[in-house]
Amino acid sequence: MLSEEELKEIQEEIKQYPYPAVACIDALKIVQHHRGWVSDESVKDIAQLLSISNEEVDGVATFYSRIYRKPVGRNVILICDSVSCMIMGYESLYEHISKKLGIRFGGTTSDGRFTLLPISCLGDCDNAPALMINNDHFNRITVEKIDELLKRYK
Amino acid sequence: MEIPLTKNIKPGLVAYNLEDYRRDSGYSSLLKVLKNMSPAEVTNLVKASNLLGRGGAGFPTGVKWSLIPMDGDRSKQKYLICNADEMEPGAFKDRYLLEGNPHQLIEGMIISAYAIQASKAYIFLRWAYKKAEAGLRKAIDEAYKAGYLGKNILGSGFDLDLYVHSSAGRYICGEETALLNSLEGKRAVPRTKPPFPAISGLFGKPTVVNNVETLSWISHIIENGADWFKGLSLTGTGGTKLYGASGRVKKPGIWELPLGTTMRELLEDHAGGMVDGHRFRGALPGGISTDFLIEEHLDVKMDFSTVAAAGSRLGTGTMIILDDKTCPVAFIHNVERFFALESCGWCTPCREGLPWVEKMLASIEDGSGKMEYIDLLKFNAKYMGPGNTFCAHAPGAAEPLQSGLKYFHDDFVKHITDKKCPWR
Repeated sequence: MLSEEELKEIQEEIKQYPYPAVACIDALKIVQHHRGWVSDESVKDIAQLLSISNEEVDGVATFYSRIYRKPVGRNVILICDSVSCMIMGYESLYEHISKKLGIRFGGTTSDGRFTLLPISCLGDCDNAPALMINNDHFNRITVEKIDELLKRYK
Repeated sequence: MEIPLTKNIKPGLVAYNLEDYRRDSGYSSLLKVLKNMSPAEVTNLVKASNLLGRGGAGFPTGVKWSLIPMDGDRSKQKYLICNADEMEPGAFKDRYLLEGNPHQLIEGMIISAYAIQASKAYIFLRWAYKKAEAGLRKAIDEAYKAGYLGKNILGSGFDLDLYVHSSAGRYICGEETALLNSLEGKRAVPRTKPPFPAISGLFGKPTVVNNVETLSWISHIIENGADWFKGLSLTGTGGTKLYGASGRVKKPGIWELPLGTTMRELLEDHAGGMVDGHRFRGALPGGISTDFLIEEHLDVKMDFSTVAAAGSRLGTGTMIILDDKTCPVAFIHNVERFFALESCGWCTPCREGLPWVEKMLASIEDGSGKMEYIDLLKFNAKYMGPGNTFCAHAPGAAEPLQSGLKYFHDDFVKHITDKKCPWR
């Protein structure tokens, strides 16, 4: 079931559009904001609210890379793996983080603290390599810098 | 040298606020337009300036606007959309403008919306641009409070509401018709053209989609005129351009320079040349969906038509430099893997061709590639080219592939005959 808060926020989005289905992406983002990811049950709840099929909602949810259909850790590390960051050495950065946390891309640490994912270009190519942790953006990342950074995220 | 777009941007500092913007004559162009100009006069001025779209395709902005039906029926809904979904690897120019001077974009959008008589406008923003989003939302609030947005703007009778839509992440959202589907809450697959968005766009209504850098020009063109704009470039096309360079250069960065500045000047004078011990081998001049240019092209003027004549595209104007310590096959593999992952799957050459290309490149890079792959890669590059797909995604992917195969042929062959990557 959608919480009252989620419902209220989704209704607010629906208001600005010509018909409810337009709010599909907003609704998915709202649910993910509250729960960290989007479950099968939430897909059904959103579909019912917007008067569209479950499949339509799931089709949208699985299309966009920043909607998670599986649970993720408390913190999500997104490493840019695009070409400018490749030239500037994201691969060694990735190997370092991967070894430190014991997970590869797509994995979550057993304590649920970190999920590690690749992300395409963050628009910071002149300060490569770049990465994000949750909503925070970092650039000119070195192995020393990343060790310090990770400590901040519990 | 004039740098109208970036003169008030202080990198690393907070966005230029309304008070500062107004002190530097911000919103005076809007006032001028609402007081003294008809929508058609605005469109004609932008047409006369020859402002070419800065998103990469270089389509004339005024012409795009003039395709919007203006039959005088003001009850008819029309939309203006700013494409701020900058997601082309190697491109970082819109982010600079969004973070540095949001009011410049907002003023440009209000004037542009007036020109096509749109009463609703959206900024379709890249999900990851959190700092830009916060700055834009604050600036839009300021603009509403100051009466530049909302009902009856500055007493003119013109209404405009402006919304920020933060995306959910997919490169294809930057394609103009896929963007429209995404704004409608659907999967971002491209639409068949025609009908063009000017006739049937967002929710089936006439819609103009323009890039951040394009819209950021509008207030300056209103203030200074078409001839001034044309005089800014070295090639007569008009305007300056945000150029950038990334890769192993001494000073990677972004610079506003006259349109038509040569690649050599960008590389040597602005990017400071290659990092010591590295040699220039080539560059993608405007993001990863453009053909490689190599040493013999260094004196090519970086303008739409001159770069096209050299066999590539100006694209976003932000160059990615390939150096001799980076494997060109790994470089091209990285680029094609991105395109394969980001294909929306809507049409066959893209959905099937790109993963095939990616696999062949991966095996060449790891030493298990076969000589026949080179011809197969060329075949795929041709098959994914213009005319075979709904949108420019696969044709864009074909550009670095076909030119890479041409200029770095020996490197491909060496990987295959040595059964390993010489760089690893």
